[in-house]
Amino acid sequence: MSTTAAAIAEFALRMGDNCLILGHRDSEWCGHSPALEEDIALANTALDHVGQAQLWLGLACEIEGKGKTADTLAFLRDASSYRNLLLVEQPNGDFGRTIMRQFLFDAWHLPMLKALINSSDRRIAEIAEKASKEVAYHLERSTDLVVRLGDGTRESQGRMQAALDFLWPYTGEMFLGDALDDELEAAGIAPAPASLRPAWDQHVGRTLAEATLRAPDKSYAQRGGKRGVHSEHLGFILAEMQFLQRAYPGARW
Amino acid sequence: MNVAAITRPGLNQIWSWLAEILDPEIPVISLIDLGIIRDVAWRDDTLEVTVTPTYSGCPATGVINFEIERTLVEHGIEKLELKRQLSPAWTTAWISAEGREKLSAYGIAPPQEGMAACAGMLKPLTVSCPQCGSMKTERISQFGSTPCKAHYRCTECLEPFDYFKSI
Repeated sequence: MSTTAAAIAEFALRMGDNCLILGHRDSEWCGHSPALEEDIALANTALDHVGQAQLWLGLACEIEGKGKTADTLAFLRDASSYRNLLLVEQPNGDFGRTIMRQFLFDAWHLPMLKALINSSDRRIAEIAEKASKEVAYHLERSTDLVVRLGDGTRESQGRMQAALDFLWPYTGEMFLGDALDDELEAAGIAPAPASLRPAWDQHVGRTLAEATLRAPDKSYAQRGGKRGVHSEHLGFILAEMQFLQRAYPGARW
Repeated sequence: MNVAAITRPGLNQIWSWLAEILDPEIPVISLIDLGIIRDVAWRDDTLEVTVTPTYSGCPATGVINFEIERTLVEHGIEKLELKRQLSPAWTTAWISAEGREKLSAYGIAPPQEGMAACAGMLKPLTVSCPQCGSMKTERISQFGSTPCKAHYRCTECLEPFDYFKSI
């Protein structure tokens, strides 16, 4: 595998793991949401993310060429091999925190996918084109809910502000680049993470203002997910998600 | 003389077989109406069918592929290859006029085109009620019973209904 091929495979893992872990988190709400419509919406969002994960992880396998599948990667890797952002593995908390996490992620995900549509790698561009259509709906919904819950009752406003304060330190990681990002940018494969910041700042800033919420002043960023250093929460997610394949290897339905 | 060319069914015939397969979740419109079969071609004695997914995570995709294989095998196709094509990404603009009529008759408001999704700026739509035709409808949720649908209600006849969202 050439250096570039290895970099693309690693990038596909990063994109795919974000989708897989957030999709799993969203799916935890299935049957527990505060209203039927929200239950359905979160389940649909989860479905989109898991589908996107399948495309990204499938690409990583194709490049690696060792006959693995997206399922192999999802069910048989341990936490330190996962490359998702710390943001998406954070516990659901209350409904407000789940929506805020989705919003902060969607506001990054859509500009990222739009940039990737122009990737010099055709396979990446194709997945991005497909996924961006779905993610436009995710962002529309999470933006709308952040405004309605933020600019809502005293109770909902307090919960949304608490969610924002809790999640804020996990947002910086989306815009921090490393050597791999530099290599991908130089080859025209993916945008520099920092280049996505203005669009994110603008959309998040405008939405929070409308929602009567205030972003914390702190700029300290928790980091590590992109190189496999995760919070304790990821292990618990994997324990549940991977149980069946670990206990009954190769089980099919 | 190419023997395979004599015995293998023509492409028009194959398209008409595929037109018999209904969407597993909306069993009134066919895969052809949906616009997800992008190409059918013979490569020597192997039939290649190119299919594009509607939504990345749509659980019907697996069932659809199975139905395509089953139908074509029943019609005597021996060598078949299903190819997945992501680009150009599926769009509701590919749903046929006939498909739109069938959706409407089934109680699902068909997608309105020219409303391509753009971040946080999806315009509120005026969707007509598939039950009574009234334009007095409102959106309950952007996400409905399947990934491809939104949930609406008519404020005139008071019936809830699905709207097939435009992507």
